[in-house]
Amino acid sequence: MSQYQALGGRILTKPFMVLGLIFAISLYFMFERFVTGGMGAVSNLNGGFAWGIWVVYDVVIGTAFACGGYALAIAVYVFNKGQYHPLVRPAVLASLLGYALGGFGAFFDMGRFWQFYEIFLPWNWNFNSVMLEVGLCVAIYILVLAMEFAPALLEKLGQKKLLKSLNKVLFLFIALGILLPTMHQSSLGSLLIAMGHKVNPLWQVMHMQPLLALMTAILMGFSIVLFEASTVTVGFKRKSETHMLTGLGKIIVGLLIAFLVVRFGVLMFQGKLGLIFAGDFASFMFILENILFVIPLIILLSPERRAQGSKLLIAGVCLLLAGSLYRFDAFLLTFNPGPGYNYFPSVPEIMITLGVIAFELMAYIVIVKLLPVMHREEHA
Amino acid sequence: MAENEFDFSELEKRLGVNRRTFLKFCTGVAASLGLPTSAAVAMAEAVADPKKRPPVIWLHGQECTGPTEALLRSEQPSLEHLILDLISLDYHQTLDSGAGHQVEDMKKKSMHDNKGKYLLVIEGAIPEKDNGIYCKIAGETMTDLTREAAEHAAAIVAYGSCASWGGVQAASPNPTGATGAPQFLKDKTVLTIPGCPPNPANFIGSVLYFVTFGKLPPIDDKGRPKWAYGRLVHENCYRRPHFDAGRFATEFGDEGHKKGWCLYKMGCKGPETYNNCSSLEYNNIGGQVWPVGVGHPCFGCSEKGVGFNKPLFSLAEVITHTPPNMFPTIEDREDANGMTAGAAALAGVAVGAVIGATAMSAKKLDEKQSDSNTDKS
Repeated sequence: MSQYQALGGRILTKPFMVLGLIFAISLYFMFERFVTGGMGAVSNLNGGFAWGIWVVYDVVIGTAFACGGYALAIAVYVFNKGQYHPLVRPAVLASLLGYALGGFGAFFDMGRFWQFYEIFLPWNWNFNSVMLEVGLCVAIYILVLAMEFAPALLEKLGQKKLLKSLNKVLFLFIALGILLPTMHQSSLGSLLIAMGHKVNPLWQVMHMQPLLALMTAILMGFSIVLFEASTVTVGFKRKSETHMLTGLGKIIVGLLIAFLVVRFGVLMFQGKLGLIFAGDFASFMFILENILFVIPLIILLSPERRAQGSKLLIAGVCLLLAGSLYRFDAFLLTFNPGPGYNYFPSVPEIMITLGVIAFELMAYIVIVKLLPVMHREEHA
Repeated sequence: MAENEFDFSELEKRLGVNRRTFLKFCTGVAASLGLPTSAAVAMAEAVADPKKRPPVIWLHGQECTGPTEALLRSEQPSLEHLILDLISLDYHQTLDSGAGHQVEDMKKKSMHDNKGKYLLVIEGAIPEKDNGIYCKIAGETMTDLTREAAEHAAAIVAYGSCASWGGVQAASPNPTGATGAPQFLKDKTVLTIPGCPPNPANFIGSVLYFVTFGKLPPIDDKGRPKWAYGRLVHENCYRRPHFDAGRFATEFGDEGHKKGWCLYKMGCKGPETYNNCSSLEYNNIGGQVWPVGVGHPCFGCSEKGVGFNKPLFSLAEVITHTPPNMFPTIEDREDANGMTAGAAALAGVAVGAVIGATAMSAKKLDEKQSDSNTDKS
């Protein structure tokens, strides 16, 4: 008997219908974006802000949210912390959905999306391009995640033979599943290097960009595991997984301290600490962002609070907001492409993004109900 | 002195340059050839070793001596010293101090003594019509002289456009049947350094390569060293962004010309001419000294079938990318929509929903935990 179980239950619940409604509204705008209107009709994108919420949320932040599988894979397979293994499969599912929809989200922002296939033709490759690295790496990683998640589907279908042969080579995909996110998550930082002086000095730390991007991605990965496990516990009325999450909280503390040391150390060496108190919009956003980074640190430093599921959830959400704000700030909010440009997403833009998120949640709910994803609950 | 360190003191005396300047020069040449720093040391050692200096026979055909003049005015550190001492220049009609039978005898003697070891440089076109009677030196035709010298040469370099394919002499109607060295010496490999005048750096770099490694650098199908002629002038041109953005000068002195826009519409042949002018410039004095840099379209002097062939101000054939007919406006900045009330509300609701859901879940988690605690107790 498998260690995993499908949760079962009714699919058309009330929250599911609400999500469905949001998704239906977004479908209307997607139709306008791709068929009738085009990009200009639905978005506020312009010559200065070529990347809006679609890229910055759906791809840059969305893939970091989808780093749960990556972060746990590092913990379980690299640092051999087998006790977190029950969390891996749901995290891989969340990663698969996050990346697949992040990849799909990139299409919204592509002016000539029908030429997308060109990126897969090696004779078109420009090896100096960060975008190529990100694009190819994300595309391959989606396939790798699908392979990592395939056992759940095969178990459901009862394909024992296929499952057996897949399990023999699965270690290869797990290894790739650690290598690829390391590559493209750090490249998301390199994108900021390429944008040069348009990025606000508080976020433009040049060659430390990839390291910071990678660290926030892993932090957000662990946080999303906290978030997801907590909400699943509440939403599906399952037994609390707090005992496992406490350990993750400890890992987060170490990582978070390292991140803050690097973040402020770099600013100190670059002589930019004064900018934090400049009193302008960027300094306000910086302070807000770092408060959100420090709150989870304070919460998680105490072992008692770490043992409380609610505090873990709050810390996780704070970190997710902090990591998102870090990327939003650098790519969008304090981004300055030159005088005269400004950007705030339009209603259709936001609706499309919300629709994508709604679809992701719906897919997650349906899959955990139908496929053996969640770890079988131990009987007390 | 360590064993592997080379003695440059002899060289300092010979060339009148100090060791530092000389090594810097070699490093620069190695870098433009795309070779590692170790090659620069190898080059320096090769030049410093008098035994490695190849004898050079330099022939002039139909030409204006432009390539030699360009070489002499090269501003590299004591370049004329270097080129004269780097190689053993046994015969060169412009630079020989002797004259008449004396130098001709010297040439014959050197060619005989250094059979298979000397470097042959050909400058100028070779007229083939009427048995080559249109260019004679010391009573012999250029065709005979070339054939004779090429017979036992270790390597052959055609220096300048005339030697590379005939140059201006070969332009229609070509009354003397002028041709270039590679076309004339069909059975030999000829390294060509086209240009009118050619950039001396391309010549010296290739010769240094020959002296150091004993063979010619990699060449393309027209005999040009790939390190110097591997890219179009257009590719590295500093006016290229104007080309891509559709900003063109249309006549001398117009607004675009004054602002330094792309010269494509004035007939610049950069898009079909392979040379490194746009990255190396000319005369080594910087400051954009090369035709396009000083505001004149490139006329394709180093490209067979372009220079002396296509009219000066006719449009070039763009080998890589043609500019699009339409460009998106980048000036249109006020067009950006601001934040609408609906969008702000929607964003607020989304963030609020996350925070609200978190608070609710946190509460439920607490209840659950206290339940299980009471269960246990």
